Amino acid sequence: MAERKFLNGNYALAAAVKLAAPEVIAAYPITPQSSIVEKLAEFVSNGELEADFIKVESEHSALAACYGAASTGCRVFTATSSQGLAYMAEMLPYVSGNRFPVVMAVANRGLAAPWTIWGDHQDAVSMRDHGWIQLHVENAQEALDTCLQAYKLAEHPGVLTPVMVCLDGFVLSHTEELVEVPTAEEVKGFLPPYEPMHAVDMNNPTTFCIGAGPDVFTEYKYSQQLGMEAALELIPEIAAEFAEKFGRNHGGLIESYSCEDAEYILVSMGSVTGTARVVADQLRSEGVKAGILKLRAFRPFPIQAVSQVIKRAKGIGVLDRDYSYGNEGALATEVKAALYGSDVRPSVTNFIAGLGGRDILPSDIREMFAVLERSVSQPGSVKPVNFVGLRWQR
Amino acid sequence: MFSEIAQYFRTEALPHIWCPGCGIGTVTAAFVRAIKNLQLDQNKVVVVSGIGCSSRMTGYLDFNTLHTTHGRALAFATGLKLARPELDVFVVMGDGDSSAIGGNHLIHAARRNIDITALVINNSIYGMTGGQCSPLTPHDKRATTSPYGNLDRPFDLLDLARAAGATYGARATAYHNQLLTKLLVNAYNNPGFSIVEAISQCPVSYGRRNKFKTPADMVLWQKEHAVTRGELGGEDFLIGDIFKAQAPEFVAGYGKLRERLRGGSADG
Ligand SMILES: Cc1ncc(C[n+]2csc(CCOP(=O)(O)OP(=O)(O)O)c2C)c(N)n1
Repeated sequence: MAERKFLNGNYALAAAVKLAAPEVIAAYPITPQSSIVEKLAEFVSNGELEADFIKVESEHSALAACYGAASTGCRVFTATSSQGLAYMAEMLPYVSGNRFPVVMAVANRGLAAPWTIWGDHQDAVSMRDHGWIQLHVENAQEALDTCLQAYKLAEHPGVLTPVMVCLDGFVLSHTEELVEVPTAEEVKGFLPPYEPMHAVDMNNPTTFCIGAGPDVFTEYKYSQQLGMEAALELIPEIAAEFAEKFGRNHGGLIESYSCEDAEYILVSMGSVTGTARVVADQLRSEGVKAGILKLRAFRPFPIQAVSQVIKRAKGIGVLDRDYSYGNEGALATEVKAALYGSDVRPSVTNFIAGLGGRDILPSDIREMFAVLERSVSQPGSVKPVNFVGLRWQR
Repeated sequence: MFSEIAQYFRTEALPHIWCPGCGIGTVTAAFVRAIKNLQLDQNKVVVVSGIGCSSRMTGYLDFNTLHTTHGRALAFATGLKLARPELDVFVVMGDGDSSAIGGNHLIHAARRNIDITALVINNSIYGMTGGQCSPLTPHDKRATTSPYGNLDRPFDLLDLARAAGATYGARATAYHNQLLTKLLVNAYNNPGFSIVEAISQCPVSYGRRNKFKTPADMVLWQKEHAVTRGELGGEDFLIGDIFKAQAPEFVAGYGKLRERLRGGSADG
């Protein structure tokens, strides 16, 4: 029988990793991730998890060790945040380019300078082009469930692409919720053992990471894109299969809430979606046709799924907890691109909020919807990018 | 007395973040006293730190201070010292900062023998992130990532620095803080790469897990296990000047090379 426990997001994730039973875990501590791997170190030491835990000397070495372990065909895990993910940057395309299905938890945190330990999405979002699937979760239960789904997805022979499971630093990593932890038996029926297609083999020696000339490099990159396209199909399928087995569905690529007849839709990612739903309910009761679109997959980006949901609305808001300097929030660019091929194109307004751990209050979200209404009733009166709650203006 | 050294602190940034019983405050005072005793121009002192509890020191000190990335303080300091050789450059790091993620920078700073004084606050643990094993956590001791004892062997940081080419190495403790001040003065006076290891206590993340009931027990441990000469028993370690050597200094050598190549003109 599944157990119900009070767990924070990090411990829920660690519980999922234990159930997925990787053979090698390599990690370097960093707030707010550390307690994931501390918990795993405890499981390994207690004999609850049969794995090798490598206390490496940096994140770069952590992912290098995962790469080495994955080359032997075993299941591996690592976790990091912020500067640690930035320091892994060199290793990210090595892992994805070799098609190693590594699963990594990212407890999202802002990037220095100035130094911060608090949450936003800049760390993961700025690593979007290194060939990793990125799934962002909304609560601790979703963190656990998504981690199990991530292994199944990453290891699928058509995908063979590493996955980041992203959970908001502190808001999710360090707050407790009631979480249902499935049994190992139940998980076995969902997540089969990993069958590597390529592995270091004494009888059949393999080379990983050849020097690829201009004649074949493009084909390697194209094959990664094919893996991403397969993931686009599989993410909803795996979520549906998970729902059938465990009774929980957090959405596939996206999850839409009250969007069918919505005039105004706010697109968001991560924990703030919960707050946004509450506000949408309030607004609905006041007669405003508000909807919320949660992005679960940031890579691959669900262009079709997103445009299908939002194109009939009048005003779209995109809430970014990140910024692409010199342009706008990264999600806003993606959402606009998703609308490009559509026959109707609602106006898109970008809201930058929750940077470096600043709270996004229900009142902030109400204000975003008010701005959206204005963007439609008085076209041209609203700035395309709005820093929410800015304490000074230039 | 704090008032004797208050001029070196950004008192508006206090109180500090260190936990009750932490040794970093004591080490900070010993460090500031060394600068005071050396009568250095406060505006020509630069203190560069990495990331960690130890490295938070730069936030409270009224010098030019750089709070940099985890592990890379020495790389920042190397650039700074080359750009402005006339500045007095000190680098403050934790044990993880200097020997794990930054271990490579440590050996290369030592190899170049660049005129920088490094202060490593060794509390045997990653303090800031809550008590994970570092490469200086003693064998068998407990940490959150080694709940039943550490399997790894620790570095001897000073042996490492000496082997890599540093020209001065010394060790003291938070308990032997007057000695620490003296050793930091020696380190500054050595024209080359100097490293001073300050053994310090982290009661919250290390002591609790390793049978130290109070911070005072940890300080007493420092007192009892620090020896100046002779045989070293189980947990004993040497304090005082540990090594001195002669070698060409990097910044001076660079200046000479530049002069030679420019036919005697040192400017431009
Ligand atoms: C690239 C990177 N990885 C990890 C961290 C997280 N981190 C911050 S401080 C620290 C270790 C601190 O230990 P130590 O250097 O021994 O200093 P102390 O806090 O004990 O003084 C770690 C791992 C980080 N800031 N940057």
